[in-house]
Amino acid sequence: MSAADTTTPTKVPLPRQAPPPTAPITPPGRRTSGGATVPWALLAPCLLILALVLGYPLVRLVTLSFQEFGQSQLWGFKPAESVGFDNFAEVLGDGEFWAVVVRTVVFAAACVLFTMVVGMLVALLLQRVSGWVKTLINIALVASWGMPIIVATTVFKWLFDSDYGIFNALLSKLPGVDMIGHNWFASGPEGLAVITLLVVWGAVPFVVITLSAGLTQVPKELEEAARLDGAGAWGVFRYVTLPILKPIVVMLTTLSVIWDMGVFPQVFVMRNGHPEAEFQLLTTYSYDKAFVVNDYAQGSAIALLTVVLLLGVIGVYMRQMLKIGEVE
Amino acid sequence: MSTATVSGPRRSKLGWNLLGLLVFVTAGFPVYWMLNTAFKPAKDAIDPDPSLLPTSITFANFSRALDIADFWGPVGRSLIVSLTVVVIGIAVGMLAALAISRFAFRGRKVVIVGILAVQMVPLVAMIIPVFLLLNDLGQYDRLTGLIITYLTFILPFTVWTLRGFIVNIPRELEEAAMVDGCSRTTAFLRVVFPLLAPGMVATSVYGFIQAWNEYLYALMLMSQQNQTATVWLGNFTTKHGTEYAPMMAGSTMMAVPIVVLFLLVQRKMAAGLTAGAVKG
Repeated sequence: MSAADTTTPTKVPLPRQAPPPTAPITPPGRRTSGGATVPWALLAPCLLILALVLGYPLVRLVTLSFQEFGQSQLWGFKPAESVGFDNFAEVLGDGEFWAVVVRTVVFAAACVLFTMVVGMLVALLLQRVSGWVKTLINIALVASWGMPIIVATTVFKWLFDSDYGIFNALLSKLPGVDMIGHNWFASGPEGLAVITLLVVWGAVPFVVITLSAGLTQVPKELEEAARLDGAGAWGVFRYVTLPILKPIVVMLTTLSVIWDMGVFPQVFVMRNGHPEAEFQLLTTYSYDKAFVVNDYAQGSAIALLTVVLLLGVIGVYMRQMLKIGEVE
Repeated sequence: MSTATVSGPRRSKLGWNLLGLLVFVTAGFPVYWMLNTAFKPAKDAIDPDPSLLPTSITFANFSRALDIADFWGPVGRSLIVSLTVVVIGIAVGMLAALAISRFAFRGRKVVIVGILAVQMVPLVAMIIPVFLLLNDLGQYDRLTGLIITYLTFILPFTVWTLRGFIVNIPRELEEAAMVDGCSRTTAFLRVVFPLLAPGMVATSVYGFIQAWNEYLYALMLMSQQNQTATVWLGNFTTKHGTEYAPMMAGSTMMAVPIVVLFLLVQRKMAAGLTAGAVKG
């Protein structure tokens, strides 16, 4: 199989292929056979495992955040006592927490925005280039998509090394620029910009490949008609292509928000396991509180607040996915 | 006049192609630079003005990488964990995927929402309770503990992706087999299962890659002696600095098999992912 095939998956179950709404969505007669015991029996092992490995820790996360839980509770010297909303009060009353929230939101927004814009541009570009260029781009995209995050992070660390990094060397080749020895991680904003680049580089391939699949579903006649009516390239994109791609764009954006709010190894490894205050995102901050300061309860409270922050996004995503799930 | 119309579109294609090549170079550069550093002599790697093209090729960095810390132990552990997780995930996930794609039952929607929702919980939010749970169960620093926790993200992913593959198989095929006298189970085994096999292979490989690539749980739940392959890369950075050339050799050893596996299944997965909408 060649990498050139990536952009033309034959059967992508896009929401576009939904049957007309007049058709019954789930013909109950066809699906059922033999009551409700069979499906529940099939589901049982899966639900049981999930309840054990996910349900229990989730409940524990909530209870933990209302307790006092540090080293002595971990070793069992002291019982965990409920402290009500104390952990939350402490976290929410801390100026550093709010700085971290703002930083995380700005960072994630930048990552999502760049990923979506670059992804869309590359997907559109792929429709216009010759076959061999398309193959080359696809190879590069699949290689970067398949790279383990930890490897990608390690490689970027090397690219941006202050003394021997190729990035500084290349920049210094520009007339009047001397970047040799420039430390990109001396300041939070610059370092996080490098991490943004790493995240976007890793996330763009998935967006391009999904959007390319979506673009094949856009009827050529519609674009042609718009062009005949005098629409420019932007007009065709804005009024024909984009509305058709909207469900995929919404899905990709919400997924990106969820992933980019959860960025952890990129920051953790870039900063050698000890991110400075200027680099803290909600994930690393929660980790630090729990495992560095040994305040598991406050770490849990921060983690829970992150999940709450994400709930709004999840709602949007859920509506989209349920639509896809109901199509069949 | 006629030459103008021919060269018009051709010239615009040239512009797009040049732009495309720029995208290729930008996207591919980090991978290229990893390989380039991995194969060049270590002293060339720490040249402040590195040459973009390979000068001389050596395999010394690979043997140095294997020397720095035990490599095969972590790789073996990663293999055990990833394979076990995938086998359990596929077996259990398959049944669940069947239930939500081929049956209508009260509560189906709740189950779908539930399976989707658990994919949204960031792993890092779960690490604290998971750590405490494994600590209580005496499963900290054990492969079994790691396997159990990896199911949290592999299982929902497997269910949702397999569902995507099952719904692409026309229900009429099963119905025809049942008209011909097959029971529901034999109709599934003889008609649906063979058609589903490629999807199952793709899902397994992709799930394997996800488990193999996991970093946070591997770092937190295993001690130095029991580290897995992803955490092994951390050994190149010590108090005395980082050995970049061997580190890139190590990165290459980690990445190449995964990228090749990924290449084999990614086309199938593009379909599954759009329906399953899961990544790393």
